Amino acid sequence: MLMSPIPIVEIQNVNHSFGSGRLRKQILFDISTTIQPGEVVIMTGPSGSGKTTLLTLIGALRATQDGSLKVLAQELRGASESKLVELRRNIGYIFQAHNLLNSLRAWQNVQMSLELHSDVSKQQSRAMAEEMLASVGLAEWVNQYPNELSGGQKQRVAIARALVSKPKLVLADEPTAALDKKSGRDVVEIMQRLAKQQGSAIVLVTHDNRILDVADRILHMEDGYLSSLDVAAL
Amino acid sequence: MFAIPLAWLQLKREKIRLLVALAGIGFAVILMFLQLGFQDALFDSAITFHRNIEGDIFLVSPQSTSLIAMKSFPERRLYQSLGFSGVKSISPIYIGFGIWKNPFWEGPPMPQTRSILVIGTVPGDNIFSLPGFRERQAQLRLSDVVLFDSASRAEFGPIPAKFEALQPGDMPIATEVENRRVEVGGIFQMGASFGADGNLITSDLNFRRIFSSREKNLIDIGVIQLEPGTDLQATLERFKQNLPGEFRVDPQKTPEQAKEDFVVGDVRVLSKAAFVAVEQNYWKESTAIGFIFTLGAAIGFVVGTVIVYQILYTDVADHLAEYATLKAMGYRNRYLLSVVFQEAIILSIMGFIPGYVLCIGLYSLTRNATALPIDMTLARSIVVLCLTVLMCSISGAIAVRKVQQADPADIF
Ligand SMILES: Nc1ncnc2c1ncn2[C@@H]1O[C@H](COP(=O)(O)OP(=O)(O)O)[C@@H](O)[C@H]1O
Ligand SMILES: [Mg+2]
Repeated sequence: MLMSPIPIVEIQNVNHSFGSGRLRKQILFDISTTIQPGEVVIMTGPSGSGKTTLLTLIGALRATQDGSLKVLAQELRGASESKLVELRRNIGYIFQAHNLLNSLRAWQNVQMSLELHSDVSKQQSRAMAEEMLASVGLAEWVNQYPNELSGGQKQRVAIARALVSKPKLVLADEPTAALDKKSGRDVVEIMQRLAKQQGSAIVLVTHDNRILDVADRILHMEDGYLSSLDVAAL
Repeated sequence: MFAIPLAWLQLKREKIRLLVALAGIGFAVILMFLQLGFQDALFDSAITFHRNIEGDIFLVSPQSTSLIAMKSFPERRLYQSLGFSGVKSISPIYIGFGIWKNPFWEGPPMPQTRSILVIGTVPGDNIFSLPGFRERQAQLRLSDVVLFDSASRAEFGPIPAKFEALQPGDMPIATEVENRRVEVGGIFQMGASFGADGNLITSDLNFRRIFSSREKNLIDIGVIQLEPGTDLQATLERFKQNLPGEFRVDPQKTPEQAKEDFVVGDVRVLSKAAFVAVEQNYWKESTAIGFIFTLGAAIGFVVGTVIVYQILYTDVADHLAEYATLKAMGYRNRYLLSVVFQEAIILSIMGFIPGYVLCIGLYSLTRNATALPIDMTLARSIVVLCLTVLMCSISGAIAVRKVQQADPADIF
């Protein structure tokens, strides 16, 4: 039998509902999929279909209610809060809004992500942060505060923050939604390039059809049901 | 542990908010310092006189409540105690409030008068350790001569300055006390208290001349000095056995206290410690002063707490999305709580320092304006610093509840 690598994410028959009693509303229905190391997966689908909900489940930001969800070989269903927090440190998040800390300079924002990894010394982590900012094209901007940067620059700082600790999995939820076409494209390409270099898998939610070409695989969410689209067919 | 001092960086980023917070905390610090300072000054000033009498045992009337409300008792009791073994010497003190006329008043043609505490003592008795008194004590042998307290309030007239400026051969400073002409024969230093704005010391004979209506053979305080090495408790016991009349103690006193504070017949017998304590307790317990100042300090504390809470709450609310992001990145709740508490502690220390410095100035203003012995003490500084840190911690503890609301699932 062929030895396949251990998947980064393994989702089996996951259901998810919000609310309780009569207000209970099921959002995700019987989701199953796996994501391999280094794979770039794009998830599309109409607004309100449950993409963000699935992403927060994979990101250990929400408790898994039903089915089985393994991330980095760790079962999330029934895992303790402390285990979830631990796991989050090994995932890079990129949000629609950049969500940078306004009181911190660009390099400090990036360093915040490294501080959670005790194996990195302080001097080392500052150097790593600046290096990472350089590789997203912000070498000149390391000392800027977020409000001194443009939208695209902020999002690139956010990418640097998500990737600096070399996570095995990067989750991005419409990272280009607030950006113009050009900088949106730049941001996605930077993300893809770095993830490939580091061997990180990416799950990227987007509405933007022009960036689908960076994907290895495309998933489509519709009314809480997940289906695969054939990349070759696009 | 963390290279990035997030608490400080966040505080520093919002300069206006930081200044408002510091002003608020500084205000609370000043309020607490002033209230506690006034209270200490009052209690200290009330016992300056008592502390500066060199005596081991004191006799007062059982009806006397404090220096400003002394009742007299027969001097015979004091002379009787001279016969008890261990007693080295005795000395009577007379206390009265007299109307003093400011001799240098140049205002409207009405004389400026004010009530002054007059202390009568036997000129040869060495019972006062007040600064400047010993040097001028001999003056008391002259008739109608008084010594003036240089730390009396200014309304009595510029007596100390004028006295210092006197040249040999000048006319002495003369004025009236209770309409009797007296001359100032010297200056000593005691200090105004809440009860007395100024003080005079004169001889027993002069005292009787000023307060001519007072009954003879009555005194206000009997001071008893013991032979060196005499056992105080045993001597007090002899007072209890040998003074005439019924023995009584305040039922609220502990047996230990009752040994040094008891009544026999028509006198109350006190050790020096009890003598000081009675005066202090009068001001602490029988007047609203302690309550008022404690309340004032408490208001400062509450105002400070509310201000710091407001600031911290707004700060947390503003950073809620950032905190949620940190949680998503894998920071624990504990880290965020510690950020809020660090902010609280930083605010308290930073607010304390300007408040402290300003208060040193305010104390010296108060000292000059009121002649009260108010000073920055280490003990009070520590108390106020602790209160400030506590104040900010309480605010922090309420404000951190908001941090729990930061939900990492909400930020995608
Ligand atoms: N915290 C929540 N409580 C209740 N309903 C929610 C919550 N979050 C999302 N939903 C609902 O779940 C559905 C899917 O939302 P979402 O996952 O954000 O969709 P998408 O990201 O695809 O636009 C929507 O109908 C939304 O209203
Ligand atoms: Mg969404």
